[in-house]
Amino acid sequence: MTALSAVPRLRRGVKAAYDETRDSHVVLFPEGVLVLNETAAAVIGLCDGRTSVEGIARRLAEDFDGVEVDDVAELVARLVARRVVDVDG
Amino acid sequence: MADAPFGLLAELTHRCPLKCGYCSNPLELIGRADELDTAQWRAVFDQARALGVLQVHLSGGEPLARKDLPELVRHASGLGCYVNLVTSGLGLTPERLADLRGVDHVQLSVQDAESASANRIAGVRAFDHKIKAAEVIRDAGLPLTVNVVLHRLNLDHVGEIVALAERMGADRLELANTQYYGWALRNRAALLPTREQLARAGEVVAAAQARSAMEIVYVIADYHEAHPKPCMHGWGARQLTVAPNGDVLPCPAAGVIEGLGVENVKDRALADIWHSSPAFNAFRGFDWMQEPCRTCARRELDFGGCRCQAFQLTGDAAATDPVCSLSPHRGVVDLILAGGPASVEHRAVVR
Repeated sequence: MTALSAVPRLRRGVKAAYDETRDSHVVLFPEGVLVLNETAAAVIGLCDGRTSVEGIARRLAEDFDGVEVDDVAELVARLVARRVVDVDG
Repeated sequence: MADAPFGLLAELTHRCPLKCGYCSNPLELIGRADELDTAQWRAVFDQARALGVLQVHLSGGEPLARKDLPELVRHASGLGCYVNLVTSGLGLTPERLADLRGVDHVQLSVQDAESASANRIAGVRAFDHKIKAAEVIRDAGLPLTVNVVLHRLNLDHVGEIVALAERMGADRLELANTQYYGWALRNRAALLPTREQLARAGEVVAAAQARSAMEIVYVIADYHEAHPKPCMHGWGARQLTVAPNGDVLPCPAAGVIEGLGVENVKDRALADIWHSSPAFNAFRGFDWMQEPCRTCARRELDFGGCRCQAFQLTGDAAATDPVCSLSPHRGVVDLILAGGPASVEHRAVVR
């Protein structure tokens, strides 16, 4: 799992976009496409290279109920494993 | 109705400065006069995006051979697609790359770790140009994948190839054992590695994957496997190919299958071809399967393997991929593997 103080950002060559055909947020990277659910899209939107995992969880809690910081950390770890996101710290 | 495709492989041209003996393009290359023009390609991208395509792979041949490449890049990028340029690097100067604003990622082919061998495989003096091209791509701040097709002639240098890709500043390295289609099928006897070569290379790659900061993708050699590859993640499932002349194919090699009924974007809308052409529906799902695939649990994993390979090696595109150890035709593959080496015959340049 990713540390709560870690600061994630989209990797070089990764683009976040909205796909009207599928009515979904997506991330596009060299050899793939991830279709995101609402939570993942919100997390990706906050992977800005400035906000920590803890900060992302706090911001999400303003819009969503029941946000757990550990769930955010686990999602970030999955995005790191897919090489969509990099973390500092 | 089939799910929408994610990717479009746009084979803009078959023209190419390289003459690699492992080329997967068809033996009958499409000439310049038969290529789609700029407006036709733009219309293909429009239709592809409307259909659901999010990734456009600009390939060939050498896409830089198209003078309208900057406009095609701008158009695909403007539609919101992720634009991937698949290039030999020959002719990729800083000026040309600056004209290609909208490219999100570059895949650069490399034939071997050092100049003499790489040039022998490419059939032209390409190596130094590729080193420069990598610099140009890196200086432009673009992510770089180095693509290397592996075979008997370079498999023993895979450690040096990894080191070269690291020196080139690659973010990703794709090491793909040769798939036997087109020119590679013709040159198969010269390209097939030995089992010992593959075993050694496999160890070197695994060690590099554990050590390197680069992402290293390794595509295994399917003739030597017990089960076939999940070709295209299923027929007509995720991606489509448009050939230089506008033929729409479920995979780049599908033109080899006789009687498939390939349709062309000049005659019919891309969405209609994707959803309702006989070619795209021929092997979708599981109903077309014969035994042993039909009742096999692995059909969900490998979709029966590759239809083109089944056709090429058994004459029946609906047969189980003969690479599979459960195929009644596996003996065909074993016989090929038992054959001796031959020399690589370079294909003629088409201009």
